[in-house]
Amino acid sequence: MLSGLRKQSILPGLVPTLGYTVFYLSLIVLIPLSALVFKTAGMTLDGFINTVTAPRVMASYKVTFGAAFVAALINAVFGSLTAWVLVRYSFPGKKIIDALVDLPFALPTAVVGITLATVYSSNGWVGSYLDSFGIKIAYSPAGIVVAMVVIGMPFVIRTLQPVIEEIEKETEECAACLGANRLQTFQLVIFPMLLPSILTGFALAFARGVGEYGSVIFIAGNMPMVSEITSLLIVTKLEQYDYSGATAIALVMLIVSFVLLLAINLLQRWSRRYAEG
Amino acid sequence: MSAMETVASPAISVQEQPGRNALSEPAMIRWLLTGVALLFLGFFLFLPLLAVFGQALEKGFSAYLAAIREPDCRAAIRLTLLVAAISVPLNLVFGVAAGWAVTKFRFPGKNLLVTLIDLPFSVSPIISGLIYVLVFGLQGWLGPWLYEHDIKIIFAVPGIILATIFVTFPFVARELIALMQAQGSDEEEAAMVLGANGFQIFWRVTFPNIRWGIIYGVILCNARAMGEFGAVSVVSGHIRGMTNTIPLHVEILYNEYNFAAAFAVASLLALLALATLAVKSLVEWKMRSPRPVRKPAQCAST
Repeated sequence: MLSGLRKQSILPGLVPTLGYTVFYLSLIVLIPLSALVFKTAGMTLDGFINTVTAPRVMASYKVTFGAAFVAALINAVFGSLTAWVLVRYSFPGKKIIDALVDLPFALPTAVVGITLATVYSSNGWVGSYLDSFGIKIAYSPAGIVVAMVVIGMPFVIRTLQPVIEEIEKETEECAACLGANRLQTFQLVIFPMLLPSILTGFALAFARGVGEYGSVIFIAGNMPMVSEITSLLIVTKLEQYDYSGATAIALVMLIVSFVLLLAINLLQRWSRRYAEG
Repeated sequence: MSAMETVASPAISVQEQPGRNALSEPAMIRWLLTGVALLFLGFFLFLPLLAVFGQALEKGFSAYLAAIREPDCRAAIRLTLLVAAISVPLNLVFGVAAGWAVTKFRFPGKNLLVTLIDLPFSVSPIISGLIYVLVFGLQGWLGPWLYEHDIKIIFAVPGIILATIFVTFPFVARELIALMQAQGSDEEEAAMVLGANGFQIFWRVTFPNIRWGIIYGVILCNARAMGEFGAVSVVSGHIRGMTNTIPLHVEILYNEYNFAAAFAVASLLALLALATLAVKSLVEWKMRSPRPVRKPAQCAST
């Protein structure tokens, strides 16, 4: 079968490279991931449902998805605005600021976590100021949102920047010539073009927030039922040698992230069609 | 640069009628938006970054050095370097193989393969660690066999390396697949027709074209490999001086309320992140600038 395929390209090396790719992929990713499914398959259905819908687990879903949603929303609004500013306006230091937007990709999550906890705690640089208004960020669900905003930020900005760059000036000129003022041009012409990408960025930031662990646990306070995220609950169960409990909850989270991945792929296809059409 | 153009060029037609600028926002709005964007980045990005270094140096430079020179910290640095030195080359070899297989040939299931290569990016770090516990842990598939043969993978260095390989798995491959796809295989086919063998084609034709892409993938892969926390923390067992990587050492110091030392060690990772971004920007600039056209004289001399 492979020799028949090889004829489509004159270049050598299909069998060794594809063989190694599939072998390494199976060894590192597919077989270990399948362990999660097989381990859970050993549970009874009732046991599985009871484990993944226990009150403490349900509360952790609420905290995780709620915080990730709010953080992704904040990122969608302010990240889009920031992407616009970085593409369209010029100001001193723009290039360095633009390069630093990727910092959350490069900075280890543990470092993000301890520094956010310090800055936003009630005696930190920002936290002490907010404290005088009675606002508490660190060691509360709001702290989880702050951490998820930081780690999700580049996703929205980096998704939008190329799209804003690609908007042709003619489109805006056209709208202006037809009598639209700037606000109308933005509302009726630019925003609809950006919407698929804003949604993609939102979904990417949301997906990242749902799975986040390192940066959140330092700032969350980790109170069960109040500020305990699902990832931490999995770790807690592991530390108590409750392997089947940890695995069951992990499987739920894995399925959620696959659904999100699918949604993101569909969104990207939609935004690409927009760009071509 | 593009921003300059869009802001500046309409000025030719529009600036003569002040207040009716239809292609950009009024100056007030521009300033307001820029201010909001900078505040957003400032509070969530720059302030925390500054805080890392501020806290690290809070007790003076000698305390900073002492925290970094402490034996447990040095062991953590050594382990982190070892983990990166093993996992990054393995993912590099895989990335090149995957790039070649996916972009030079057509075969059924290619899209599925590319999706599966990207999969580790959408798996949460905790789950990335957990799956190796399920395979190699005492209660896992291979656990009893490994126990009989006295091989330790979980709560030991091999487990840390495996978890790190998993979370950094797609970095090089996805970069090279995108790059090699864009470049096509015309040059390789020309080399083939001229009689080059597979290795010659790769080293003389493909490699020079993709080397910046390789560097790009490798530095991002390395940054993640050295900074991974969640996945590694599940499989490490947190044995001080033995199975602690730098991020895990930061966590231990922080939880012991040894904040100055925690931030001193964290500042090493922050510096690594800044260096990574600097190299990344350089590579992006190199990749964007057009390939230098070789003059005949240079060709002859090589």
